[in-house]
Amino acid sequence: MKNPEEIFELLKKEFGDAVSAIDKDTPTESIISIDPLQIHKVGSFLRENNDLQFDSLMVLSGVDDANGTKTKDEDGADIISGGTLSVYYHLHSTILKHKITLRVATPRENPQVESVYNVWRTSDWHEREAFDMFGIIFQNHPDLRRILMPYDWEAGYPLRKDYKNPEFYQGMKVPY
Amino acid sequence: MGLLDQEFSDGNIVIARAEDLMNWARLSSIWQLGFGLACCAIEMMATSASHYDFDRFGVIPRNTPRQADAIIISGTVTFKMATRIKRLYEQMPDPKYIISMGSCANCGGPYWEHGYHVLKGIDRVIPVDVYVPGCPPRPEALLEGLLKLQEKIRNESMRKKIA
Repeated sequence: MKNPEEIFELLKKEFGDAVSAIDKDTPTESIISIDPLQIHKVGSFLRENNDLQFDSLMVLSGVDDANGTKTKDEDGADIISGGTLSVYYHLHSTILKHKITLRVATPRENPQVESVYNVWRTSDWHEREAFDMFGIIFQNHPDLRRILMPYDWEAGYPLRKDYKNPEFYQGMKVPY
Repeated sequence: MGLLDQEFSDGNIVIARAEDLMNWARLSSIWQLGFGLACCAIEMMATSASHYDFDRFGVIPRNTPRQADAIIISGTVTFKMATRIKRLYEQMPDPKYIISMGSCANCGGPYWEHGYHVLKGIDRVIPVDVYVPGCPPRPEALLEGLLKLQEKIRNESMRKKIA
């Protein structure tokens, strides 16, 4: 069993700049920030290393940080430009009984994150959901389609903070 | 007016209006499409089960729209599901009836404002005969809805469908 500090040191030694910071001021597991385009090899290491053995990805979730510059359009709705979208990975080792949270932040205008599909198969549908709700592109994902919304949903990504619902979908009125 | 206008003494011959006979047959065996959407579906299943016994009103679930008379929209209708419901409805033979069960199917329910994925009322897609309010409605409420539907069918005219 390793504490978050030790896990961070291990990762820092192995990957250097790809692992940027640890946030210990959290109510649950500490959060380690990772480069979005190197998350695959960091994930493989976390899974394969004998001192870590993170064999379970408990959940992968997308987050809209909404930390860009906010402007109003003519209807008074928010438009956010710049800033980041994040993906959080909650990991658990069922063998060594320790946990850690990873975070990758990716630019809102071109959100690209490496898929961890062939590290943890759980991430398949979780990544599809993050894509569906936030429009985060997971590189090398084998089947990155919408999972909850209709395939022909063209109005954008509903959980983004500046999302605007359309008036109609396939002839059906959307607003109340 | 009752179903039987006149009964002859030997009991083998009755006289009734064709309209009444048709309506009586229809309202006494409303076969519903076996179809559930959300928590309302649990109440609908409870209504079908032995305690409330939907079958005593002639309501049994059929597993194909081609053999169903009624569809109970029991739960939240997402846009993705709405397109499917429309198709199921179109596959049902006339005469066909729709009970909208619960707040979600009636008007969007708790999703009315922020539900980006929820159709705000199934009557935007298909014509509803009876609305059953509740979140979810108790089995008694659904039974009441069914009785209302039966009442509607009882007064139907063969020339013009009202329900």
